[in-house]
Amino acid sequence: MKELKVQPIKDGTVIDHITPGNALKVVKILGITEKQPDSIISIAMNVVGKRGKKDIVKIENRELDPKEVDKIALIAPNATINIIRNYEVAEKHRVSVPDEVVGIVKCPNPNCISNTREPIETKFIVKSRNPLKIKCYYCEREVEDISSQIM
Amino acid sequence: MNFRGRDVISIRDFTKEEILYVLEIAEKMVPIAKGEKKSNLLNGYIMASLFFEPSTRTRLSFESAMKRLGGLVIGFAQPGTTSIKKGESLADTIRTAESYCDVIVMRHPHEGSARMAAEFAEVPVINGGDGAGHHPTQCLLDLFTIKKEKGHIEGNKVALLGDLKYGRTVHSLAYALALFGVEMVFIAPPELQMPKEVIEECREMGAKLEIKNDIEDISDVDVLYVTRIQKERFPDPEEYNKVAGSYRIDAKTLEKVKDDMIVMHPLPRVDEISPEVDKTRHAAYFRQTFNGVPVRMALLALVLGGIE
Ligand SMILES: Nc1ncnc2c1ncn2[C@@H]1O[C@H](COP(=O)(O)OP(=O)(O)OP(=O)(O)O)[C@@H](O)[C@H]1O
Ligand SMILES: [Mg+2]
Ligand SMILES: [Zn+2]
Repeated sequence: MKELKVQPIKDGTVIDHITPGNALKVVKILGITEKQPDSIISIAMNVVGKRGKKDIVKIENRELDPKEVDKIALIAPNATINIIRNYEVAEKHRVSVPDEVVGIVKCPNPNCISNTREPIETKFIVKSRNPLKIKCYYCEREVEDISSQIM
Repeated sequence: MNFRGRDVISIRDFTKEEILYVLEIAEKMVPIAKGEKKSNLLNGYIMASLFFEPSTRTRLSFESAMKRLGGLVIGFAQPGTTSIKKGESLADTIRTAESYCDVIVMRHPHEGSARMAAEFAEVPVINGGDGAGHHPTQCLLDLFTIKKEKGHIEGNKVALLGDLKYGRTVHSLAYALALFGVEMVFIAPPELQMPKEVIEECREMGAKLEIKNDIEDISDVDVLYVTRIQKERFPDPEEYNKVAGSYRIDAKTLEKVKDDMIVMHPLPRVDEISPEVDKTRHAAYFRQTFNGVPVRMALLALVLGGIE
């Protein structure tokens, strides 16, 4: 029998190996609850797997586009995206940090122009992937604790 | 080298060769900046000077630079007299201003404001200071001053003194000097010393650095760059007085320095350089202030395409 910490779903997406504690932020970044108000989402946190603790998010009847999911790489760099079709894992993708992070992270510099009421989205340039370092495009401040700055 | 239409947001937008080119053009502008020669190079061009924050030198020297080249200036020095007071955004102010001009020069209290303005404007944007962010034209005029006073930038030992932690100008200047392989001494009280990232970056660029807390020995220094220590940084006024006093440059400080050592300061100064220094051969800060004009003339001429 397969390791199934969440109830099996027929079709949809399972985001596995999320950094423990970050499942709710993942759901928020993906905006699934707004985009798919009817989809059933199950969340399991602090599940003990083969490689230690992890969070899992399971979305029924929706196949997430791997590109759109790259956004979560900021807070869940080890996540895998499993597309489920007819109860089986049909596709598996890893997430990768995009070159620019737009509209997800809030700049930690209170005096940054992106924290005023100007008609712009926040924008960060990825300086390095391992360790993950991002820098505000506008004020050039580096973000120390990325997960606490998620909008 | 093509500068036409380019924004000037940070000194990091320039290569070393481009910086040297700007300084070369600035040198040619000196007689015009002094009013000894007339020029119509930017005749018919309009510069918008948008100062959301007070400034004496940056604003006046930009306006002088534009007018010396035969150009026109519109703008404001106090946002209180504009629709910004009614809550208009910077983005809209920029979109409006650019429809009336060929180049925008701006100072704004928020970091990143010039970078944002450049995204909205088609015309070139020149950053005259964005909060605690960049001030590239100050950096260029500092480099120009060192080159003019010393004949070259490389090969000097430059001491940066004062508030190195928060100082807007010194971080960019340290970077630019490192680009030229200049040896530097950072002199500041521990609580105002140069940030680690700046030190690391300069070292990675191959610059030889010394970090010090006092000005006891500056006998081998060629350029002493003094910055203001702001009272607001100290919770205790006593502590401020003590620190500020120990970094004050006076006749005594200059007793054991090199004959041709120069003292620079971005101004305004308060007490950090005693007026008795003004008369000495070391004082370069008033010439430095003048240098803002030819350097800004060079930039305006280059981004407007008056000079290729
Ligand atoms: N039908 C399903 N319904 C719900 N979850 C499922 C379903 N099938 C697989 N999963 C979950 O999707 C994830 C990936 O499944 P897979 O069978 O590929 O596991 P694995 O071999 O352990 O993969 P990995 O090496 O990525 O951990 C696991 O968390 C698994 O529990
Ligand atoms: Mg597994
Ligand atoms: Zn910022």
